[in-house]
Amino acid sequence: MKPPPFDYYAPETLDEALALMAQHGYGAKALAGGQSLVPTMNFRLAAPSVLVDLNRILDLSYIRTASDGGLLIGAMTRHAQAEKSPKVADTYPLLHATMPNIGHPQIRNRGTLGGSIAHADPAAELPALLRAVQGRIKAQSARGSRWIDADDFFTGFFTTALAEDELITEIHLPPLPAGSGWAMQEVARRHGDFALVGVFAVLKLDASGRCEHVRISMFGVGDGPMLAETAMGVLRGEKLDDDAIATAAEAAAQKDVDPPSDVHATAAFRRHLVNVLVKRTLTQALARAAGQEVTA
Amino acid sequence: MSQRIPITVRVNGVTYQREVEPRLLLSDFIRHELNLTGTHVGCEHGVCGACTILFDGQPVRSCLLFAVQADGHDILTVEGLAPDPDHLHPIQEAFHEAHALQCGFCTPGFLMTLKPFLEENPEPTDEEIREAISGNLCRCTGYDHIVDAVRIAAEKMQK
Repeated sequence: MKPPPFDYYAPETLDEALALMAQHGYGAKALAGGQSLVPTMNFRLAAPSVLVDLNRILDLSYIRTASDGGLLIGAMTRHAQAEKSPKVADTYPLLHATMPNIGHPQIRNRGTLGGSIAHADPAAELPALLRAVQGRIKAQSARGSRWIDADDFFTGFFTTALAEDELITEIHLPPLPAGSGWAMQEVARRHGDFALVGVFAVLKLDASGRCEHVRISMFGVGDGPMLAETAMGVLRGEKLDDDAIATAAEAAAQKDVDPPSDVHATAAFRRHLVNVLVKRTLTQALARAAGQEVTA
Repeated sequence: MSQRIPITVRVNGVTYQREVEPRLLLSDFIRHELNLTGTHVGCEHGVCGACTILFDGQPVRSCLLFAVQADGHDILTVEGLAPDPDHLHPIQEAFHEAHALQCGFCTPGFLMTLKPFLEENPEPTDEEIREAISGNLCRCTGYDHIVDAVRIAAEKMQK
């Protein structure tokens, strides 16, 4: 239960951090909030030879309005900052509603948005949120920088498109389509623990009341955040009545996921939760799109 | 050979200078280097909350930080909670009065979690209290007496 030895660097600028990542390559790990990395090191599931601590790089912590009206969030922004940010509450209610579900207060005081996304836990909220809103991740290295679409970023179990010398420096959450509705629901054994299953839904109706845009993103059901592609196909162009929503939820549970069985839940229970949560999130998102107040 | 890194840390108002190996957890530094054994180590992977301390005023899990990361920072442990050796902090008094502990192993983590919570939320609802302590496990009390104690502590701290 003690981490193996490593060399430690605490750069104060991003350039220094990127140089260290380039120099140490595969053996180096970036230390953001440490709320996932340090437990895995304590268990010796991870044994990096070098830690590059990003906590002294103060200018990676910010929440700004993007030119498209969405949000640009610095990678080292702590969960608690996003949770308590009036800007997030006003301009991105989906993110605001999601934050309290991430870990516990002590974890949110330390954990960072960039760290959570880079860690890519299949049961984590933020990777699935990024896919629901078609967000982007900015990756920087000493070689330069690039934007990666969330749909291309999460490549497998705890695996991302980041190269070994790249750091996430910023995430971009584009604004939801005008007139759209959103919802987020998860089921966890203890509030704040990793969810057994969680679902994000974003949808928009056209003038005739048919579904013009829909994204259903799920977590806890596979090796990364997953879109319910079949369910989304069922809904596009349709009137979203109870029957359509029930058909989509059934499609999501039966065709879009092949969930694992583990000590926390059986595969059958996870499928059941997908069905229930897709139904609930679509119903809530529809109500919000219609301008109705929705309470949790 | 492994690195040794000099750090300066302020704990409960006292400044300490030590050289640490990078892999030394802050929880172990507090207990073994500073002999402040009120900070308890339960799960050592961020689940139980027994090792909660205040890091620059914010409750965090000390088992998920390295001591070297505390260089230049201000820490409060349960030893620094009471105003003086003859008096308890109002939260400690309330825990005593409401029987909010049995074995006491988890108690320091609860106390350190609750101090900033009650300072920021002087009149919390039961739901807010339960959310605030959601990251602390107690295997004895069933939590009801802890929630009672937080209510009593909130009243005491208003006075």
